[in-house]
Amino acid sequence: MNKHSVSRIFAYILSVIAALFILFPFWITLSNAFMTEAESAAYPPKFLPTGLHWDNFSGVLSSIPILTFIWNSFVVSSVITIGCLITSCMAAYAFAFLRFPGKKIIFALFLSTMMIPWEVAVIPNYLTVRSWGWLDSYAGLTIPFLATAFGVFLMRQFFLQLPKELMEAARIDGCGHLRIFLRLAVPLSMPGLATLGVYSFLNHWNMYLWPLLVTSSEKMRTVQIGVSMLQFSEMTAWNLVMAGLVLVLLPSLIMLALGLGRLVGGLTAGALKG
Amino acid sequence: MENMDKSASVSLDKKRGRPSSITNRLSGDPSRSTFFSRLREPALAAVFIAPALLLFGIFLFYPLIQSVYLSLHSTNPRGQVANFVGLANFRNLFASPGFPNSLIVTLKFILFTVPASLALALAFAAICRSKIRGMRVFRFIFALPIAVSVSTGSIMWMVLFHPTLGSLNVLLGKIGFAPIQWLTDPNMALLSISLMTVWMNIGFLFILLLGGMQGIPEDIYESAKIDGSGPLRTFWRLTLPLVSPTLFFASVTSVIGAFQAFGQINILTKGGPVNSTDVLVFSLYEDAFVNFRFGVGSAQALVLFAIVLLITVLQFVFAERKVHYQ
Repeated sequence: MNKHSVSRIFAYILSVIAALFILFPFWITLSNAFMTEAESAAYPPKFLPTGLHWDNFSGVLSSIPILTFIWNSFVVSSVITIGCLITSCMAAYAFAFLRFPGKKIIFALFLSTMMIPWEVAVIPNYLTVRSWGWLDSYAGLTIPFLATAFGVFLMRQFFLQLPKELMEAARIDGCGHLRIFLRLAVPLSMPGLATLGVYSFLNHWNMYLWPLLVTSSEKMRTVQIGVSMLQFSEMTAWNLVMAGLVLVLLPSLIMLALGLGRLVGGLTAGALKG
Repeated sequence: MENMDKSASVSLDKKRGRPSSITNRLSGDPSRSTFFSRLREPALAAVFIAPALLLFGIFLFYPLIQSVYLSLHSTNPRGQVANFVGLANFRNLFASPGFPNSLIVTLKFILFTVPASLALALAFAAICRSKIRGMRVFRFIFALPIAVSVSTGSIMWMVLFHPTLGSLNVLLGKIGFAPIQWLTDPNMALLSISLMTVWMNIGFLFILLLGGMQGIPEDIYESAKIDGSGPLRTFWRLTLPLVSPTLFFASVTSVIGAFQAFGQINILTKGGPVNSTDVLVFSLYEDAFVNFRFGVGSAQALVLFAIVLLITVLQFVFAERKVHYQ
């Protein structure tokens, strides 16, 4: 009993230290976002604002088209996520339930794409997208990412875990593969779809190198590129920069709060036995 | 049974506009399948696989081949091939001081970030596994960095790293240490970038490892407790071996991820000071998209690919033997 409570206190102390390490940068960002310009540039720097200066947010909104950036990122991430879910589910169903010649080889081919770091393909992809006139367009930002091997494996894992009896019963009831796919496999794999959806959305919301290469106009810029430009334009007005960061962080934090339960366990399922 | 199967094929054939008979692949009776049903399943499979395969073909496999082609040529700034140069791009790459330096910087970066990220994420996950009140809050906190993009994270840390106004130097000053030139000291810059990267990595790795730990059956822990095993011993003897498949996957993806580091370097240091943070992808980016030397850039991309492939294979050969699959 005594030993138990000692280890419990120990776990709490460790958690608090770890949490401080994680939270500290968030805290500095948030508190600066509410400071006046003088406060955020004061020496020695302050760790707490004297008041909540909400006008930083309207300030950053009026000086930088941050809502456009957020909207662009939202469109790009949503299109990629939906596209990814569709292509992943279809391919995963084929690998899980359909018999066809060359299945093993094609599966190995899919597996091998995990070994190609995206950066290796970035130069030819840039040239391809440019030659198709897709620079500075949603097409250029989204289409190259509409399929991922990780998504295929994750969904395949979920499909293979569906009860076999259920699938057989559906066959006996006269369901074809198309109907089993749409009415059974996909709806029953909602946890997998949610995991992949949250993961894909966060990942592409956070994309940096590709949008940096293919967007040049302010109109098409995604939020991550917009944010890093923020820093160069107003080097000293940290309070505005941080207010911008808070606005950018909000959507992903909301996404994380809603989807964390799905991510824990869900991602691991895709990682193993892929 | 047969009638039911027929209606099954009808539902499929609406799409293809051609009646044919039974498919019962799922029930596993190949003797009944006819010529059409034998064709239909592969046809459906082809339709299902085509979108992903097409995208992989255009945006992964073709670029790989194109990279080989580009790396053997010199290119003009428009990205068009000027003339065949053989292996000159590769020779120049290794003869120049810049590229070997990039390789060393990248390896150092991996050493600084991967073990630390994995160890911390593992520790955080182990803490969160214990069913203590309030752990849900900690779970959310430890997962937070996954929501931070590399550019947002870089700017958050840029403020922390600021030489006079940065909180890190202020805190150091409070406990009596001299301020550190986090990003401008050539001996410090890569460590600072690594610190920030470890912080960023924790979110994803924590989620992954916690998921792995939650997959371990509770009764194993119960019996360990009955046998009088303390928390540390339980962690080393039970949790660690049982979570090793996930840990293995996490280490492979972390190493690959570290090879791909770019955003934080582009935003925080631009490869400097004196090339001390000039990692591979940054050097590739500069060659290809700042200096428009696509041939040299492609040569670097291929070297990157070869290294990643080699390390992944080595990890599989040496580490997977030690992994404990249930």
